[in-house]
Amino acid sequence: MDVQTLTYIFVSVTFAFYIGIAIWSRAGTTDDFYIAGNGVSPLANGMATAADWMSAASFISMAGIISFVGRDGSVYLMGWTGGYVLLALLLAPYLRKFGKYTVPDFVGDRYYSNVARVVAVVCVLFVSFTYVAGQMRGVGIVFSRFLEVEITTGVLIGMAIVFFYAVLGGMKGITYTQVAQYCVLIFAFLVPAIYISMLMTGKFVPQIGFGSTLADGSNIYLLDKLDQLSTDLGFSAYTEGNKSTIDIFFITAALMVGTAGLPHVIVRFFTVPRVRDARISAGYALFFIALLYTAAPAVASFARVNLINTVENAEYKKTPSWFKNWENTNLIAWVDKNQDGKIQYFPGKPFNGKPEFLDMRGSEGQRKIKNEPTGNTNELYIDRDIMVLANPEIAGLPNWVIALVAAGALAAALSTAAGLLLVISTSVSHDLLKKIFLKNISDRQELFFARLSAALAIVIAGYFGVYPPGFVAQVVAFAFGLAAASFFPVILMGIFSKRMNREGAISGMITGLFFTVSYIVYFKFINPSSNTPENWWFGISPEGIGTLGMLFNFIVSSVVSSITAPPPREIQSLVDDIRIPRGAGASYHHVKS
Amino acid sequence: MINSHNSKAKIYWKKNIRIVLTLLTIWFFVSFGMGILWVDALDSFRFFGFKFGFWMAQQGSIFCFVILIFVYVYKMNKLDHQYDVDEVKDNFIPDDIYCPDKEPEE
Repeated sequence: MDVQTLTYIFVSVTFAFYIGIAIWSRAGTTDDFYIAGNGVSPLANGMATAADWMSAASFISMAGIISFVGRDGSVYLMGWTGGYVLLALLLAPYLRKFGKYTVPDFVGDRYYSNVARVVAVVCVLFVSFTYVAGQMRGVGIVFSRFLEVEITTGVLIGMAIVFFYAVLGGMKGITYTQVAQYCVLIFAFLVPAIYISMLMTGKFVPQIGFGSTLADGSNIYLLDKLDQLSTDLGFSAYTEGNKSTIDIFFITAALMVGTAGLPHVIVRFFTVPRVRDARISAGYALFFIALLYTAAPAVASFARVNLINTVENAEYKKTPSWFKNWENTNLIAWVDKNQDGKIQYFPGKPFNGKPEFLDMRGSEGQRKIKNEPTGNTNELYIDRDIMVLANPEIAGLPNWVIALVAAGALAAALSTAAGLLLVISTSVSHDLLKKIFLKNISDRQELFFARLSAALAIVIAGYFGVYPPGFVAQVVAFAFGLAAASFFPVILMGIFSKRMNREGAISGMITGLFFTVSYIVYFKFINPSSNTPENWWFGISPEGIGTLGMLFNFIVSSVVSSITAPPPREIQSLVDDIRIPRGAGASYHHVKS
Repeated sequence: MINSHNSKAKIYWKKNIRIVLTLLTIWFFVSFGMGILWVDALDSFRFFGFKFGFWMAQQGSIFCFVILIFVYVYKMNKLDHQYDVDEVKDNFIPDDIYCPDKEPEE
């Protein structure tokens, strides 16, 4: 069977499966809708958290980025996993004991202030919307490449599916679909990784193949070979870094702290019955995430070796079909600068900007582009996003593996989108309406508003997916910086300091957010030409500035709270209470009755 | 009674902080230390087919993170049990526990 038929089969089967789960686990109360009635087992919650967390960016883009930047890519590997240690040790158990529905709930109650609650809601909405737009775009790209439908149609199909199980099932529906989606995505990521590892190094486990010798009999370690291939072509060695140490340090810290502060991840720990379940499910979650995250750098290096070997100095006419397929989706472009009919792949940009294709073919049959070629010798443009999707084709794996990867990428994008949409709808229906504007609504009415706002959020996300505003790609990476600079310090201090008060928390959040946003907006939008290390503060790039914003937040909130009145006594006993596990189940029963 | 309960809670909290700080020190050491600050120095050692610093940055630190969380879970469950604040008795509602979520009945 051809790839397209197989992809249709895989995608329809998995989608039918998700819908079936949604019908089986639909929500009846706000408790079900917001936190799955506290009834999720830690193992299931671990899988759901892993799927919630691993987005289109983790599945599709991350290995591709690492493939092109080598060791510098470790900021993502460490940053997006190390945050779980912070989450497990510093936040998850206490927030579970607190036992409400959302992050703004905690901020609003702990700081006895609706102003703090609203500031938190604004941060939640901002972080979640920028993040969800990227997911819908990912869905569109997978559909257009593998099923050859328009991106718009792809986004609409994705919206319909998420609509169905998020609006109907709420957190309960999402949790169990995410468990299924985790299984699909990890299988889809590991099967090609194992296949390629076997082909290249003869090792079954990709994590081990990564550090083994090549299977071609040369007895050279894969990474040494890769360093040599890279330096021969004039790239820097794969296992050496280019970014400054301080920048790597700050970016990693921003990603770690941001991960721990992301509302759609935190809310998952509200769904388990007990504090000890919250702790262990963070462990399971990281274990499930690590399965993909430790395979990703291996996949990145395999893909890099394969890519260089396949394209460097190859005759265009003889390139394999994947090369032309991706050229047709605008993600590969080749300009034959020296007119020899062969592809020369060197460092540097072959031309400026993204390729703009003309409706013409060159002498070798390649697609012609409008862009003016640059003066260097590199002739090849490759979009980083194709590395994972094209990897099975590059390695010559069977068609069913290629189809599987498409289903896995969709699972990754949809599961994250659903988690984010739920957080958005909860913030609106619970934090804004129930807690501030419409305090008297009944549980049923609140549930209705939750469904309504989920539906609205999906429409807005879909719109961003079809017409991505130019800023989305720019800001998704900064969602982490913003989460780091706003939420993390106030939640942490709310648990570990009894002295931290309303005034401190609000001024800290606003300082962190304002500083981080200004720095990013200045370098990315107002004055992009100055976005170079010489102009950065202390050499910290906009990607890493959230760490500094977080430090400012800590300093400002501590100073302000020390010169203002301490929090009321009942707040101090609330803090005493969340520090002790016993009673988590009890507090839940109170909410319910 | 209340006082002894409070001082016990204080010791529990102190021990909890100590566990967290110890584990976070290791967390910092394996990621920011070995994976970032000293990565070039560690690269002069080989670890199978890897340069050691590179391996810590791309794989080793992640394995350590997973282990750290499971050690934390084990230690905390033990501590909870020792200080009698664990959740085995959570099937009923103890009267003497402050309940933050108690809202006026509708």
